[in-house]
Amino acid sequence: MSDPLLSVRDFSVTYDVDPPVEAVKHVTLELRRGEILGLAGESGCGKTTLAYGVQRLLKAPAVITSGSVVFHDASGEDVDVHRLDAEQMRRFRWDKVSMVFQGAMNALNPVAPIGSQLEDVFEVHRPGMSRAQRREAVAELLEIVKVGRQRARSFPHELSGGMRQRVMIAMALALRPQLMVMDEPTTALDVLVQREILRQISQLRHEFGFTVVFITHDLPLLLEISDRIAIMREGEIVELATAEQIWTAPRDEYTKTLLSSFPRLTGERGVVAR
Amino acid sequence: MTVLEVDRVTKVYAVRGAGQIKALDDVSFTLESGRTIGLVGQSGSGKSTIARILTQLETPTSGQVRLDGQPIPRRGAGLRAYRQKLRMVFQDPFASLNPYHSIRYHLERPLRLDGVVPGAEVEDEVRRLLTRVRLDHDVIDRRPHELSGGQRQRVAIARALASRPRLLVADEPVSMLDVSIRLGVLNLLADLGREEGLGVLYITHDLATARHFSDEILVLNQGRVVESGPADDVILRPQDPYTRELRAASPDPEKHFGSVSGALGGAR
Repeated sequence: MSDPLLSVRDFSVTYDVDPPVEAVKHVTLELRRGEILGLAGESGCGKTTLAYGVQRLLKAPAVITSGSVVFHDASGEDVDVHRLDAEQMRRFRWDKVSMVFQGAMNALNPVAPIGSQLEDVFEVHRPGMSRAQRREAVAELLEIVKVGRQRARSFPHELSGGMRQRVMIAMALALRPQLMVMDEPTTALDVLVQREILRQISQLRHEFGFTVVFITHDLPLLLEISDRIAIMREGEIVELATAEQIWTAPRDEYTKTLLSSFPRLTGERGVVAR
Repeated sequence: MTVLEVDRVTKVYAVRGAGQIKALDDVSFTLESGRTIGLVGQSGSGKSTIARILTQLETPTSGQVRLDGQPIPRRGAGLRAYRQKLRMVFQDPFASLNPYHSIRYHLERPLRLDGVVPGAEVEDEVRRLLTRVRLDHDVIDRRPHELSGGQRQRVAIARALASRPRLLVADEPVSMLDVSIRLGVLNLLADLGREEGLGVLYITHDLATARHFSDEILVLNQGRVVESGPADDVILRPQDPYTRELRAASPDPEKHFGSVSGALGGAR
């Protein structure tokens, strides 16, 4: 649990518009192998920019202005993410680090069956696989996320929101990455479906041992599922601690504000002046 | 005093290939002035169908809705008067305000259309409305894109209040807003309800805010009211299996870590 998977040092991103916006300011963060790190903050705090930035997924006008990102591969090799050339980067992405995108439910191609979209991952990253092997791998993935192999020929619109989200998770899981970044993966789902997906993520993590960065503004949710939580505000991590510490003894004023923004489901009343 | 009575309302949609779907099945409840009812349930439970029927975007298949004892008029001046008494606050303040128009325009329209005050007093009334929703008067000549999400939702609430309604229907009024400003908007609705004797129907899937913000909660599942009662009873001591399931699925750090008292005292 304690050995590091990803070391981010002094990482900054600026959006080069007029006036320039410093979206991420000198973030230093060590991600531990096997943990779920929650990244919480409000819109515009830089949480998505940070997650995209460490994988070099940002487009202009975003500019990484400082810092380094080192990925500590399971093989023992250390990969300096910002030194990879385009081809190395292409191989690195999805193979080592995959992503479940925000609004993933609508990220699927509406005119292709989900099976063929999943096959694309193998076609690009595992060119040695035969067609039959790819089919089998896709069927297995759909079984793992409990969508079922018979759904490979379904189109996205034939699936419910929860099922589409599972397909996105299957896609992120395809190459057995060591890190999965999930950007608001359950925000558009209702609570019952959300709970099922979360259960599944935690089960898959036990089975495959990947590390998770879970981005959301829903702090009560993070408190339940995360090992550690980083609270972001205006591009900076203002507090990073275990979920329990954040809940029982938050140190930063902004953390306290965020915590008090959520009425308690079963705790004392009185948060809302009624 | 009873403002709204929903009396055994059923709504059936005919869906091609799937036969008939009962979106609402024999739903009844009453709302008193100055009280808030929270309507909770998952997607597809019928929450929004109720809002659509109350606003007359749909008519019930059977059953009746009465405002101040009167059934909803189907058309004409009666329907306009009804709509003046019942106003909606929509989910998305980025979509519910017209980007071409100033805040003044948004608030003047209902005042003039419904003839709430004489023409000469419209400007004063607009300012009074802004004060009531705790907005600075200098937003008056701005356009929606110059305001934050929370400010826009306050404008939407002011617009709903302009016609001096008896009842506000708020459909997920804070789910698009940043978390730190949600409580402010909910508190505003609660204050208005209490101070001005408005009935509020708060439609949400969020059990935690429903509990704190409502006097009474109605749990809908597949178009049926499966449980209703005082907010704390429904959430803390749910009787129906579906309510229990909803509660178990909602994030609850209290249950996870045990309750904390004092630690957050300063922040509240």
